[in-house]
Order: sequence, then C-alpha cells, then structure tokens
Amino acid sequence: MGDPLGMACTHALASGMGGMRTAGDLVGRMQMTRGMRLKQAKTYVAEKLGVGVADLADPIAMHDVRRDLGLGRIPVQELTYSTHAGAMEAKFHIAEVLGVPINSVTRFQECAGLRARA
Amino acid sequence: MTPSEIRADLVAGTEIGARRAKAPPLTEAELDHLLDIFASESKFSAVDMGDEIVLSFDGTGNLDSGARVDELYSYQSHRGADMLELFSIDYSYKAIKTILSYEAQAMKVAQLNTIAPLQYGAMPDLGRYSMPDGPIPNWSELMPLGRIAEARDAQVAAIDHAVDDMVFVADGMWEAGADGMDFDTAGAAGDGDFLATLTAIEKIKGRHPDCGIELGMAAEYVLGMHGELTYKGRRLAGMWPKDQVVVAQEAGATIFGPAVNVNTTKSVAWNVARACTIIKPCMEVAEIPVHPNVGMGVGGVPMSPYPPADAVSRVSRALVDILKCDGL
Repeated sequence: MGDPLGMACTHALASGMGGMRTAGDLVGRMQMTRGMRLKQAKTYVAEKLGVGVADLADPIAMHDVRRDLGLGRIPVQELTYSTHAGAMEAKFHIAEVLGVPINSVTRFQECAGLRARA
Repeated sequence: MTPSEIRADLVAGTEIGARRAKAPPLTEAELDHLLDIFASESKFSAVDMGDEIVLSFDGTGNLDSGARVDELYSYQSHRGADMLELFSIDYSYKAIKTILSYEAQAMKVAQLNTIAPLQYGAMPDLGRYSMPDGPIPNWSELMPLGRIAEARDAQVAAIDHAVDDMVFVADGMWEAGADGMDFDTAGAAGDGDFLATLTAIEKIKGRHPDCGIELGMAAEYVLGMHGELTYKGRRLAGMWPKDQVVVAQEAGATIFGPAVNVNTTKSVAWNVARACTIIKPCMEVAEIPVHPNVGMGVGGVPMSPYPPADAVSRVSRALVDILKCDGL
C-alpha cells in the first residue's frame, strides 16, 4: 500500500479484506510468501478452509472457522480466547491448514527443541 | 466541482497519463465509472462485496504508541491489516545494517506476538553510499561537472555496497523469523538504485526461497541517473510499471508495488485517472500480485497527514475497480 499513516482505517473499510477479522491475513500470506495473485490466493485459501470464496471477507463466518481450525482471533473486551490458539500457536495451525511452511514457526520449533536444527 | 468539471479532469488525467507512459487511455466505460465514484455526494465509497483486496500496509510498525510491537498488534487487531511490517524510523538498509542485531531481536519478539504475515522493510537508498554520507564519490556532483564516466563508475561501485547491505539484513531477518522483506521506494536514486534492489532480491531468493519479497517503487518512471544499466538484458532507465513488474518478477519478487506520484495542483479525480492509466498495462503482464502504492501523495491520495476519508476511500475503490489489482 505504501505508508498507511493517517488513512489505514479508511483503506481497510473501503477495499480491504479485513485482516484477522476475516481471512485477509491468510490470503495475504499466500501472496507474500507464494506470489499468488488475488483470485488464485482466495481460491487456495477457501479450499484449504473448506469455505466459499465469498466467506473469506465475512467476519461472522470466519470467526467460527478461525475458532474451529485454531487460526487465532482478535480478543474484544470480554470475548477473550485464553484457552484457544493465539499468536505463535495459531501460526502452527495456519502452516498446517494452508500447507505452507511459516518461517517463525520453523524457528520456534528449532529453538524449542521440537525438531532437529537444520 | 461540478460533474462536468470532474469529468473534464478525468479525461485530462488519463490523456496525460497515456501520453507520458505510452499507454492506452481509459475507456469511456471506465471514465463513466470513475465519474460515478467522484461525483457522488456520499461521504464514503467502497468496493462491492466480494471485490475486497489484500492490504499490505507498509510501515505499520510506526511509533504512534511508543512501542513498535504494540503498534503491529494494533494494526493487526484494530486497523484491518492483512500484512504487517516492522521497520526502523531510519528507513534505509545502510542504516539498518549497523543495528541489525537489535532489529532482528525486535522481529523475533514481534513474530512471537503476531499472527498476520510480518515482513521487515526499508529503502535501498543508493544515495546514502555517496559522499559525504558514504564512501563513494558523489555522482550528483560529478555529473554537473561533465565527469559522466566517473559518475557512472561511482554508481556501479555504490550498487555493490547496497546489495551487500540488503542481503546482509535479509539474512539476519530471515534467521529471526521474518516472513518477508520489503524493498520500499526502489529506484528513488534512479536506475542504479533499482538495479541494486533487483540484484539483492535475486540473491536473497537464492538463499531463502520461501522468503516473501515486496518490491515497491519510488515513482512511476525509473530515472536514468546512470542511463545504461540493464537487468537481464533490459535497460532500466525509462521503465514504466508494465516493464518494472517484468524485471521484478524475474528477480524473484512476490509482490510488486507500482507508485505514481500525485500532482498537488490537480484534483484527486485527475490524479486517479492518470495513476490508473499508467498502472493498467502493468496488470496485464503481471504474474505476481500487484499492490499499487496509495499512501500520502501517491496513487491519487492527497498530500496531507490525515487525508480526508471521502478522498482516500474514492482512491481506494477507484484503483481496485479499474485496475482489478491484487492489493494496495
């Protein structure tokens, strides 16, 4: 996007997928690390999640999907998820569900002794 | 402005964009759609449901809240960011090299606390390698003296330093867990700056094939500060977005960000029509996601610290509707 300073929310509402409110971060991950164009990335993520492409930008649908698959959600006041996957734990699930290695997960596994160092 | 005045600006914007970039002007249907967007009296405008795109949000780790990881968390949770970027306020790879251990530690901590894909970003910033800031004779001083060969040699020498620094920082960030690297405002110092970036990307992808690479441009046109530099046989000076994206994807970039700077004496509609015209040919040849830059003063967004939401939302929607881009 370039610098979003002073206009981040405007772009998010005008054209954005919604980040972790939806599946925007997952589609973004396939673009960033796999160079997938938008249609390909949306189709790929939808298939991996078992949802329709239209569901990817729907926060109601994705809230449940993210819960069921342990992909991480946004705590909002009393709606916290302390017993569910968050941050690094969620990224373990994202790597598995999307079928792509996540660098920080691999590093975490190495540092935690969960797998042999490369 | 009246609707007829807006339409006149849209036509003027696309005509000058087409003339400059040697691209086709926008079609009548596209101009009609832009007129609908810009002539509307609504406070806000947005894409149709289903047409949402990915927001790469460079510079999300800004210092509004005083702590960069907190800021990343804020963008992830409250500002709808699809991607995040950690960066230092001295946004140059030459500067980052000297504090890499500190920055890599920040990346490691950030990765432990965020879920959205998180890259590290800075500028290639070739000018920093010239005297008095760097070790290389200053080509901007040599050229006015007519010492063209020396100026060119200086840029080539600077490229080697810049590539080394970008690869060095990328190695450190990858080891710290980064999902990708952002090379922002590539080409700011001309074709040498762009060549350094492409060369660094090629090296980084060779060492870390899974590393995401976002290449964002500084302007719509690559200045020929050297003039004769090539990448894989293509002359870089004078490249417009449709050629820039080709070399970007050949080098190994996974996201390309064309930049069209605004003319602050013209309307938002004029600037958007011009930006769409210049970027549109790039969409047709791109094999990787294209995220046009729409920060302050770029892509049609007004030059203001807090650009009005009515203007920014129209820019955001217009670029997605006309370009069918993969992100912003």
